[in-house]
Amino acid sequence: MSSQPPRRRRLEVEDIGDVTVVSFTDRKILDEQNIQVIGEQLFGLVDESGRKRLLLNFGNVEYMSSAALGKLITLNKKVNAAGGKLILCNIDPQIREVFEITKLDKLFVICGDEQEGLQKF
Amino acid sequence: MPSTTRRETDFMSQQAPEHPVAVEISSDPAEARKIQEEIERQLQTTLFSEKEIFSIKLALEEALVNAIKHGNQFDRAKKVRIAYKVDKDRFDIKISDEGCGFDPDDVPDPTAIENLERPCGRGLMLMRYYMTEVQFSCGGNSVSMTKLRNGSK
Repeated sequence: MSSQPPRRRRLEVEDIGDVTVVSFTDRKILDEQNIQVIGEQLFGLVDESGRKRLLLNFGNVEYMSSAALGKLITLNKKVNAAGGKLILCNIDPQIREVFEITKLDKLFVICGDEQEGLQKF
Repeated sequence: MPSTTRRETDFMSQQAPEHPVAVEISSDPAEARKIQEEIERQLQTTLFSEKEIFSIKLALEEALVNAIKHGNQFDRAKKVRIAYKVDKDRFDIKISDEGCGFDPDDVPDPTAIENLERPCGRGLMLMRYYMTEVQFSCGGNSVSMTKLRNGSK
């Protein structure tokens, strides 16, 4: 239990029309410890709050592991199953490279900034 | 590119230990995090670029998660042994777990179209991409990784 991260809010959520813009509160996140909690909070947006149009803003994110990619894939499936859409934006070039190496830039819709992302819905 | 003047000054005044460091942790991500933070701190005193440090951090995260999660199955009683050496131009690390081992060649290609939506299986690929050299031994229980400064990545 002592290794569990505090279950505080890891996401900033803002509704713009029928699009939910999600930002991450921590910079050094998305490592194995944090991603479990973040994943639960992301899934909750779809499963519990019924949000279908999600725009994830990675502007604060400095670092991401493959565990985070897994959560994003699961989130993408949930959103698609609900008839919605998931878009990622504002991704740092080093993080973007992780998506490209793993070919996940072919799976996800990735935009340059939040404004471009909002227009993609 | 980092300021070489600042980096060289930092390097001279606070060099990383020239001897290898060997530690043993339980299969606890929090303990692994402490080791990762110490390695990052030492890397900041070298001449590795920020991009190279990012690469090492990512490969290190993947390797430690593999050891704890897949090797030792999160069994806190099982240990992860870590031996590393930080030089100004080179980083070496060996991570060993107490699991059943595995054959790296059995891990399917995560970029294949049929695997693209699998939530896991990318760790090895990222380790091999970001490090200069990755080698498995002891039936998959140990992984040795090397990063050379100003390498291809």
